[in-house]
Amino acid sequence: MASGNGDIGPPIIRVTGLRTQFGSTVIHDDLDLEVLAGEVLGIVGGSGTGKSVLLRTIIGLNRPAAGTIEVFGRNLAALPPADRRLYERRWGVLFQDGALFSSLTVAQNIQVPLREHLKLPQQLMNEIAALKVAMVGLPPDAGAKYPSELSGGMRKRAGLARALALDPDIVFLDEPTAGLDPIGAAAFDELIKRLQRSLGLTVFMVTHDLDSLHAICDRIAVLAEKRVLVIGSMAEMLRQTHPWIREYFHGPRARAAQITEQTSAADGPEAT
Amino acid sequence: MASDSAVADSGWLRPMETAEGPGLSVGGRWDIANAGRLDAELNRLPSFAAARVRLDIGELALLDTAGAWLLHRSIVSWREAGAEVDLTGAHPDHAAMLKQVADNYKPCDIAPPRINAIVRLLTRIGRSTVEVLEEAGSLMAFLGEGILAFGRTLANPRRLRLTSTVFHMEQVGLNAVPIVALISFLIGVVLAYQGAQQLQRFGAEVFVVNLIAVSILREIGILLTAIVIAGRSGSAFTAQIGAMKVNEEIDAMRTLGLDPMEVLVVPRMLALMITLPLLAFVADIMGLLGGGLMAWVALGIGPGLFLERLNEAVGLWSFWVGIIKAPVFAFLIALIGCYEGMKVTGSAESVGRQTTVAVVEAIFLVIVFDAIFSIFFSILGI
Repeated sequence: MASGNGDIGPPIIRVTGLRTQFGSTVIHDDLDLEVLAGEVLGIVGGSGTGKSVLLRTIIGLNRPAAGTIEVFGRNLAALPPADRRLYERRWGVLFQDGALFSSLTVAQNIQVPLREHLKLPQQLMNEIAALKVAMVGLPPDAGAKYPSELSGGMRKRAGLARALALDPDIVFLDEPTAGLDPIGAAAFDELIKRLQRSLGLTVFMVTHDLDSLHAICDRIAVLAEKRVLVIGSMAEMLRQTHPWIREYFHGPRARAAQITEQTSAADGPEAT
Repeated sequence: MASDSAVADSGWLRPMETAEGPGLSVGGRWDIANAGRLDAELNRLPSFAAARVRLDIGELALLDTAGAWLLHRSIVSWREAGAEVDLTGAHPDHAAMLKQVADNYKPCDIAPPRINAIVRLLTRIGRSTVEVLEEAGSLMAFLGEGILAFGRTLANPRRLRLTSTVFHMEQVGLNAVPIVALISFLIGVVLAYQGAQQLQRFGAEVFVVNLIAVSILREIGILLTAIVIAGRSGSAFTAQIGAMKVNEEIDAMRTLGLDPMEVLVVPRMLALMITLPLLAFVADIMGLLGGGLMAWVALGIGPGLFLERLNEAVGLWSFWVGIIKAPVFAFLIALIGCYEGMKVTGSAESVGRQTTVAVVEAIFLVIVFDAIFSIFFSILGI
């Protein structure tokens, strides 16, 4: 973490030969993927290509039919549960709609992982919760609110605050900007990028949002044909000749996203 | 990134004396895993009564937001005590982390403030009173809508969704036969056994037949069936309609010119009103069968004697008194089930809540109406 701040390091997640299937439907077959420490990796792919399934498989919510998943250099599936928890608390997950516990306030939600994994005095936990609430850009009065009293964008921010509660090394984001208006989505992208830089996070992000891909992803992995078809920077994606990838990155929506990026790049180097 | 080799190197702090005054040297891993211990150590530290305090963070191996928060908090408290703090040896990353924390901290409430207990109690009483009245009002409105839709269907039978009605008849009627039959059979057995034990003391064993026949036919057969169906089908109605409400299917229906009352509510009501009397009949027969079996086994009252006594004990009205109630109970159960389903808003959580409410309300109303029927029949002298 301390050495973070944008340096790209060795692979922190390594997926080899992954096969996942539900019943007889094969989602991934012989899928390989490496996520490098300190990068923001965007996962794209058509509906039903198993982007979210891949995320859920890496964090251990789905069992793969074959293949290994190494996180922090360990095959977590092979570890005894107690050891696995030690590694699991080094990542945070933001589910699509925040997945906040509805019976707890935002601040109490943030304290859940602290309470579960660590023994901290209540005073310190309250201070950490307040710190995270402020870090994700929520107003101070949001801490005592229940998830049902928040807007979609605020719920996502609160979910991100909970994901960051234990100062994780990796953050998994499942469609972080889905359901937000363009301004809210841009602000959320900005927030992710800022936190990623300042905390030295590795971000694994499933997304459909071309603007997010342009704005914050260091590399992009395209899921198609049950595997990772290509992985590389935005510039490399734009050079790809595969029809689906061309359609995705050169379609009308993609062009609009590029135009905005070019204009903002022309405004000044720090505008992106 | 945190490397595994550094795990052994936990965070530490050491007070020190320098030429300019007291100071604190910190190092190792200042992260959330060590935060609890470091927090306690910082709290134990004697306060620095000096104009200058030096804080050396040059030996930090790792600093995360929790560690940075602890340092920041100490710096702030020293400053508040009037000391000037010299931060030395900061790695750029660590300085950035400290700044990140310093810029971002705003205290916030953890939970909403708790209100005075008496005020809370009064609020609750007031709120639930209003809610009960509102609920009664909107249930009446729904009842009216339901009767209107029912009337429209009766006036123009072609509007009836026959397929849907038959489907629900199978769901709520036919599929419920085994459970209703088993439960009433068992209750018949229990009644006969308990009755026999008491009546034997007076040598009036044979009256156990009267006991079984009157209680099963008049009350237990129908009441038990209604309660089972309220739990089984009333809740299913709420869940089905509620799930459709969550999916905005009901809204879609309205925009397509379909009346949800006609499409969803009337078939369910009709199906239940047709099948509940039949189920009650099944329950009556099975209850008598269970009671008869037990009378035979425990008291030696054979089938011949049982039938003879049965014929003497109950008139046709005992049977009808039970069955007449069935369509009314069916109407209540279906009404409540559909009404609560329509009241679902937004989330899946709401479906669960309304389903529970539907079952409780349906059983409550069934028993209230059963009592009303009893009074009514006793006035009529049946």
